[in-house]
Amino acid sequence: MAKINVTMTVNGEEVSGLAEPRTLLVHFIRETLNLTGTHIGCETSHCGACTIDLDGVSVKSCTRFAVQAEGSHIRTIEGIAHADGTLHQLQESFRQMHGLQCGYCTPGMILRAWRLLQENPRPSEDEIRHGISGNLCRCTGYQNIVKSIQHAAAALNGETFAEAAQ
Amino acid sequence: MNDMTPTREAREAKLEGMGCKRKRVEDVRFTQGRGNYVDDIKLPAMLYGDMVRSSYAHARVKRIDTSKAEKVPGVVAVITAETLKTVNLAWMPTLAGDVQMVLADGKVLFQNQEVAFVVATSLQAAADGVELVEVDYEELPVIVDPFKSMAADAPVLREDLAGKTEGAHGKRDHHNHIFKWQVGDKPLTDEAFNRADVKIDELISYHRTHPSPLETCQCVASFDKIKGELTLWGTFQAPHVIRTVVSLISKLPEHKIHVIAPDVGGGFGNKVGAYSGYVCAVVASIVTGRPVKWVEDRMENLSTTSFARDYHMRTEIAATKDGKVTGLRVHILADHGAFDACADPSKWPAGFSNIITGSYDFPVAHLCVDGVYTNKAPGGVAYRCSFRVTEAAYAIERGMDILAQKLGMDPAELRLKNFIKREQFPYQSALGWEYDSGDYHTALNKALVAVDYAGLRAEQKAKREAFKRGETREIMGLGICFFTEIVGAGPSKNCDILGLAMFDSCEIRIHPTGSAIARVGTKSTGQGHETTWAQIIASEIGIAASEIMVEEGNTDTAPYGLGTYGSRSTPVAGAAIAMASRKIKAKAQMIAAWLLEVHEDDLVFDIDRFQVKGVPERYKTMTDIAWVAYHSPPPGMEPGLEAVSYYDPPNMTYPFGAYICVMDIDVDTGVAKTRRFYALDDCGTRINPMIIEGQVHGGLTEAFAISMGQEIRYDEMGNVMGASFMDFFLPTAVETPHWETDHTVTPSPHHPIGAKGVGESPNVGGVPAFSNAVNDAFSFLGSTHIQMPHDAWRLWKVAEKLGVTG
Repeated sequence: MAKINVTMTVNGEEVSGLAEPRTLLVHFIRETLNLTGTHIGCETSHCGACTIDLDGVSVKSCTRFAVQAEGSHIRTIEGIAHADGTLHQLQESFRQMHGLQCGYCTPGMILRAWRLLQENPRPSEDEIRHGISGNLCRCTGYQNIVKSIQHAAAALNGETFAEAAQ
Repeated sequence: MNDMTPTREAREAKLEGMGCKRKRVEDVRFTQGRGNYVDDIKLPAMLYGDMVRSSYAHARVKRIDTSKAEKVPGVVAVITAETLKTVNLAWMPTLAGDVQMVLADGKVLFQNQEVAFVVATSLQAAADGVELVEVDYEELPVIVDPFKSMAADAPVLREDLAGKTEGAHGKRDHHNHIFKWQVGDKPLTDEAFNRADVKIDELISYHRTHPSPLETCQCVASFDKIKGELTLWGTFQAPHVIRTVVSLISKLPEHKIHVIAPDVGGGFGNKVGAYSGYVCAVVASIVTGRPVKWVEDRMENLSTTSFARDYHMRTEIAATKDGKVTGLRVHILADHGAFDACADPSKWPAGFSNIITGSYDFPVAHLCVDGVYTNKAPGGVAYRCSFRVTEAAYAIERGMDILAQKLGMDPAELRLKNFIKREQFPYQSALGWEYDSGDYHTALNKALVAVDYAGLRAEQKAKREAFKRGETREIMGLGICFFTEIVGAGPSKNCDILGLAMFDSCEIRIHPTGSAIARVGTKSTGQGHETTWAQIIASEIGIAASEIMVEEGNTDTAPYGLGTYGSRSTPVAGAAIAMASRKIKAKAQMIAAWLLEVHEDDLVFDIDRFQVKGVPERYKTMTDIAWVAYHSPPPGMEPGLEAVSYYDPPNMTYPFGAYICVMDIDVDTGVAKTRRFYALDDCGTRINPMIIEGQVHGGLTEAFAISMGQEIRYDEMGNVMGASFMDFFLPTAVETPHWETDHTVTPSPHHPIGAKGVGESPNVGGVPAFSNAVNDAFSFLGSTHIQMPHDAWRLWKVAEKLGVTG
């Protein structure tokens, strides 16, 4: 099948590569751009392991073709840490609050939380739970993921994280 | 003579040993997308494999035409059973003593069974090839209901077993029968039932489901023709076992096989077995001389690589009229699918289902299990449980509630009345186990107080009255579960896999500068072994956990171990880690004694050092000792400081817990809301409370999913109905309840550090707690037992049948 040249900005760098019209964006990111932090859990847009940020919204990258991303601005887990290499607060908070176990859903979960906290810097627990409901986790039961996002939100707002009593 | 001495507290804190909520080492790479999972592996000239699968559940394969597929640009080879026969690999042995087809050989026995393997230069070309493989089928009659599999006129599923009246576990009574397994004293049990004041008799089914880790099963096989060596990266919970299996079936010498399990994205039992995709990738790499990657998609994962449960348990309990249990009699019909590929220790065709007497002092019991073939996927893995323990715990915990209902007794009171008492441990169960330790009364009483059980029952009573008066459409259920698990398989006297004793292992090397590497025979799939194993070593020998690297999953470097499943890592490998540490500590003590010019017995170990008794300022730290071990060991002593331990556990461990679920159900919609879920776990010594809590949260969420909706269902044609995340219930953060955790600590007396294992307890105990809550809610309306899963549709049907819908 004929291939088409696709150009996009990923984590601040302009990149291009060849893709068949049917190539999924997640395959392009993983196979062509070699950014393997974005994971595949279902390829049917249910699990959210492949969540990236595309032009300012969270997108499941298995739900787009690579050619649809022509000219777009994408951020993946590899582009979340600060330019100087220090971790983003969300990455730090997921570790502090034990918000991950096998690590497979983590990149998608962090990318979704990253956008969520820009849409809503002070989300309630309920808003966080709804906000990440497109991302499945099989290990944590979500409780510590929610806590991680609350922890990050507090830190980003310069507040102290107060853990809700059980 | 030593460097500056910090306070004891500072030294202790620096150690980050057992009991500390140490943050995970793994998270640094995982939060940055720098994990290394199988699908991240890309080798030069690598090919991609994809499966052609059967659309029928039972059919004769008349013809497979691969010619069109072979012409697809990029397709390199198409492998069928005929190809595999040239290397004698059309069939492979299963862990349960059966054989199974690698690719369809003459017929197919379940939907989506592997029929042909297409190998191509890209994922897309492989998929194109799959589309063009033509297969002619002749449909055969299908059996999906295990209760029909042993009918006299039932179709013959396994023609390869024709005339075989003996299976791996004894006599076969029928052409679709796999085994009959019995334990306990039948005459004495029957007698107890004859004399009983009260009896219950209920068919309690535990439906078929699937572990479904977020990362599917996958591998990369790379055969080096020049060296004659095979490297196999894969999503393996038990890499060493895979190496041995590959060697046995491929005839490649075991030292020329390198099996590597890199980061694994969850396992839950799914990644214990050996699957067709692995064999095909290996054969394809040998045939093409190029590396071959095989990654199953989600539909393939849910419908082919293993399943869990599908146990149908006729459960009878005999009791006195005042509620003392006098006998347990259970018959289980076990649906094992088309091939018996259950991942149980060899001598246990129904796993450890004889833990079914649970936490109760049954004087007599009898268990009989019949395994049968059906036209469903093979598997029967321990989905986040020790072997068949969830099924057993479900039957007994439902059974006790049903008995309480019949007696008109409170289910908590009935349990307290029948618990094995603290002073009875070690306790010999009627079905042959020796429970190591427990304090059930303390645990349940703590739970009852924590949730204000009496208050909840009073509230329930009031709500029921209100419901009867028509003032509310909501009913309230209180589900109690008190489970006893059996984990840590296991002692070589009764546990093996393919003849391999189920020990586990650890090798520790202390480097000259005092840091260390530990290699362990287990394989973390998210449990955080890199973090917790280092904590055990830190406490045992006094090197800070941050200075200990833990490595697992590479069969060339790790000592042989049986892997991670059945909550065996901490009970078995955790013990090996402690024992290897103690060997090092013993040598370190000799070195310290020599350096300090005292007798070894005059030394005492204190956090990170040996010090002279009564003279704490005279000491040698482990760092001092490590350097001396490599620089100037005592005369006559071998240099170096390392040790290996292979640990054969003397017994299993028996974690337990008390779970209470409070639920409200709307009878007009069937929607159930979990108001509160309290989980008290006793896993003995606690290595890292943060990780334990995380494990409990995750296991409870899986239990919630299984009990409240998750199911692999088949229609009567054998079409699998739950093979995508659209149909297979995985709860999101919205549905998932809030979890309250608690604990008691009753150490295992036979384990070096007293730890019992915890990862699977919440799944074992969670399912009965949810199901008991649902059943408790409906019980006052005349319902005795409602089969799982309890999704809204089914609960609405229950309400409708009871005549209480609006």
